[in-house]
Amino acid sequence: MRAVITVIGKDMVGILANVSAGCADANANIIEVTQSVLREFFCMVMLIDASDMNVSIRDLEEKLRGRADGMEIHVMHEDIFNSMHRV
Amino acid sequence: MLNISDIIETIEMINKEHLDIRTVTMGISLTDCADQDIEVSRVKVYEKIARAAERLVPVCESIETKYGIPIINKRVSVTPVATLAGASGGDPELYAQTLDEAAGRVGINFIGGYSSLVHKGISEWDRRLIESIPCALADTERVCSSVNIGSTRAGINMDAVKLMGGVIRRTAELTKDRECIGAAKLVVFCNAVEDNPFMAGAFHGAGEPDVVINVGVSGPGVVASALSRIGDDADMTEVADEIKRIAFKVTRMGQLVGAEASTELGVPFGIVDISLAPTPAVGDSVARILEEIGVERVGGCGTTAALAMLNDAVKKGGVMASSHVGGLSGAFIPVSEDRGMKTAVADGILTIEKLEAMTAVCSVGLDMLVIPGETPEDVISAIIADEAAIGMVNGKTTAVRLIPAIGRKVGDCLEFGGLLGSGPVMAVSGISPARLIARGGRIPAPISSLKN
Repeated sequence: MRAVITVIGKDMVGILANVSAGCADANANIIEVTQSVLREFFCMVMLIDASDMNVSIRDLEEKLRGRADGMEIHVMHEDIFNSMHRV
Repeated sequence: MLNISDIIETIEMINKEHLDIRTVTMGISLTDCADQDIEVSRVKVYEKIARAAERLVPVCESIETKYGIPIINKRVSVTPVATLAGASGGDPELYAQTLDEAAGRVGINFIGGYSSLVHKGISEWDRRLIESIPCALADTERVCSSVNIGSTRAGINMDAVKLMGGVIRRTAELTKDRECIGAAKLVVFCNAVEDNPFMAGAFHGAGEPDVVINVGVSGPGVVASALSRIGDDADMTEVADEIKRIAFKVTRMGQLVGAEASTELGVPFGIVDISLAPTPAVGDSVARILEEIGVERVGGCGTTAALAMLNDAVKKGGVMASSHVGGLSGAFIPVSEDRGMKTAVADGILTIEKLEAMTAVCSVGLDMLVIPGETPEDVISAIIADEAAIGMVNGKTTAVRLIPAIGRKVGDCLEFGGLLGSGPVMAVSGISPARLIARGGRIPAPISSLKN
């Protein structure tokens, strides 16, 4: 099972490091990372392998929000994006 | 890797534009619960619902967590209870109590199917069930009721129409100390569908499997936001195309959730109902879509044309996104549940007459309309007959869900709370249809050729 982590917010030092560390703690393997900075807004999308995670998707989302204060973070199953955006 | 803008779009739809799965509804056949002894029959009904829907709520909650999509309602629809009451005899209201208890046991907020199909004729048991509706809805919390009084093939049963005018009024009277809420749980249909997942009109039709999962999606807020982004330069074809694109995406989400729920629960997946179902939340409004298309306020000239295009585009976009589309599938215009509709009514811009015209081109009908408490029964019946005629002639489902505001008049408001919202009391024509309604009988089924 793969999940997508999105992080949106004001650009600052250590976002990637904090989110990655959160994934490592949850035993989630990071498969791919895309990030961009549009004006001052930081936007990162991370694809992770969530099959062997030691927490649920919802718990991971909570933990990541705790690590990156002020950022908008969502963790969602990959299938939701595949079904909505691919014919 | 997925496209970053697609991902952001999905997240915005869910978090800012109120995209959700409006309902996952489990249809359960109760035909195998029929027994000559009503007490035996009630036990069977309770046990079957408790068994079939036991995991409905936990499974839906796990899907919400897994995909991050809110599933607002989990509900159950059952075989029209008049069928059971016919087999067992006894007081049909006892079944309403059983349904309410079973719904409470499995943790759902509404159970639909305290229903009767009388479009061609009324049996003794249909009549008893219909007459018991006011008490059944007043004495239970979660039970919803519907009565089908007409169809394109059978015509309109005017005896049933006459009966329902009184039933709606009595239902409101018995719940007058609770904002007449009983009437909000009662729908009168023409051309009722068997696989509708939306309340209050859901029931499990005779052609359905033993147990089935149907899903209703939503998303007026998503469509309105998308249209506000494309701006005024887009012509109507471009507007329609944008709506189709959004409807496709929304329906895909419904398909995903429905398929997952069906697999997890081990029951067949029925349909996705691709309706645009508004909520009282700011922005989650079908009226706002029509205003984005270009009508200054909903109810003004051009509203019907905009709604016809919207309704059609939603269907075109949704059909390809799901393996089975069904139910009511179209744009809902429930007045109390849609902030834009409600304010247009309160401001005197949107009238019953305009709403009636709008129902000729969209799903479903005169829905969640609050009318003066003193409205005579025959006027309520005549409103039902008018709306049913639109459904009958156009071969579509139409419904009437009127709430007579007992003791209140135009200018007052009923506050239902939650997803039902609040409704200003609307003016109703004072011209008497008494002689028409008193005739009874049947309006013959319409001819299906010579279309003009």
